[in-house]
Amino acid sequence: MTAMLEVKDLSVAYGKITAVKGINFTVEEGQVVTLIGTNGAGKTTTLRTISGLLRPSAGEISFLGKRIDKVQAHSIVTMGLAHSPEGRRIFPRQSVEENLMLGAFARRDRTDIQADLKEAYDLFPILAERRKQPAGTFSGGEQQMLAMGRAMMSRPKLLMLDEPSMGLSPIMMKKIMTTVRTLQKRGTTILLVEQNARAALKLATHGYVLEVGKIVLDGPGPELLVSDEVKKAYLGED
Amino acid sequence: MTQFIQQLLNGLTVGSLYALIAVGYTVVYGIVQLINFAHGEVFMIGAFGSLATWQVVCQKSTGLWVLPIMIVGGALCSVAIALVMERFAYRPLRNAPRLAPLITAIGISIALQRAIQLWYPGATSNVPYPSIDGVTGGSLTVGSVVIQRTTLFTLGVLVVSAAALYIFISRTRTGKAMVAVSQDPDTARLMGINVDRIIAAAFAMGAILAALAGVAQGLRDSNVSSTMGFLAGLKAFTAAVLGGIGNIQGAVAGGLVLGLIEAMATQYIPGQFGGNAWSDVYAFIVLILVLVFRPQGLFGARVVDRA
Repeated sequence: MTAMLEVKDLSVAYGKITAVKGINFTVEEGQVVTLIGTNGAGKTTTLRTISGLLRPSAGEISFLGKRIDKVQAHSIVTMGLAHSPEGRRIFPRQSVEENLMLGAFARRDRTDIQADLKEAYDLFPILAERRKQPAGTFSGGEQQMLAMGRAMMSRPKLLMLDEPSMGLSPIMMKKIMTTVRTLQKRGTTILLVEQNARAALKLATHGYVLEVGKIVLDGPGPELLVSDEVKKAYLGED
Repeated sequence: MTQFIQQLLNGLTVGSLYALIAVGYTVVYGIVQLINFAHGEVFMIGAFGSLATWQVVCQKSTGLWVLPIMIVGGALCSVAIALVMERFAYRPLRNAPRLAPLITAIGISIALQRAIQLWYPGATSNVPYPSIDGVTGGSLTVGSVVIQRTTLFTLGVLVVSAAALYIFISRTRTGKAMVAVSQDPDTARLMGINVDRIIAAAFAMGAILAALAGVAQGLRDSNVSSTMGFLAGLKAFTAAVLGGIGNIQGAVAGGLVLGLIEAMATQYIPGQFGGNAWSDVYAFIVLILVLVFRPQGLFGARVVDRA
């Protein structure tokens, strides 16, 4: 069986600066795969390239057996690949419900959209309470929930989450991570990018460690969690 | 008092024209941060397009029934020109330095004016615009105030357009996508929104309103000219800045306010600085004052933005 997402020898450059230098990784259906690494390691660049916002300078990306590295970003969504971007990027002037409905923009199945909207509200009840409020008035955690709910509205087979825990309180972070687990159980495959290595690795079926554009280490999440290199570099333990 | 009401009506009429054109500037700016200085020419093309439609399709009839056909004809011409300039002039320059599309806009402006002068019969000077039964001709008198029929038509066009615009932006899929793109184009793409198509829709929408303004001005002045877009475009740009560039309601309000300022200044500023000849000067004084003291415009500041 081929992997759901396959990234082969991927390089991405901003002008003369190469941010991602020939990385390889795969995501299998049903997994939670995480990319961890420090600032500037190329994690966000990798996700933005997969979703079509950036173009690779070399390499291939395949999703469900199809090459997507030349497909327009707005068409990639319709193939079942959603991306909840770094910094949440909700639409601040629009209401919660409008944000969620924009997540379903590419879909035409009206009744199913209504069902998914209800599901998003069940997942995050606070969103239901504030459905008419402009999203810009929300706290960071609420915006993160909205961003995740919005990404789920496209009914993705693969959901990419870029630093969902960034700037959140420990309680809120826990809530977000529990949600990731819930979504996995419901059958969504997840590619999680995190600076918070511990939280991410606890969830991950498989983890990859990125350092200045290269994958330096990979393995099952629980194994990486106890490996010496990861402990030293990312968990602050000796 | 009569004089005041009369000027109020004049101001609102001129202001409605500014408002209709200003929406085109502001919508495009809100989405691609481009001041399309060729938008005045889109307005001019709308006027000529409706005139050509009247001459060719409507066989120069003056019945009221020709008016919708003229509007559709003018709007089609405006939209076509706007889409062509977006696709072939602005889109290739989307990631170029700001100055490049600006200079391009000025080039397009001149090219379109010259094209009309060359190819539209008689367009080297003013071209007479038809009178249409019901919307031109005999004025109405209420008390001692004289109301031109074209005034009512222009105000009516603005009211209907503004309402249609509001419904489009807040209720339709494309409208909501437009609002999303104006806030964050990259994230909008992640939602599955085809940003190129939304940008084209914004140009088309501005063009339709500009064409309506072109018809209204043609009916009011009984003539159109290849250069009518220049001053109207600048004034509408002023109105858009006055209302806060990028803000649609602001553009409508800015147009009306600018029209009123012009009318009132013309009437009430006495002596050698008063009178019609100075009305343009007041409009641009407003532009300068706004840019210096309130560059975000009267309605530009938004209560809620990025948190």
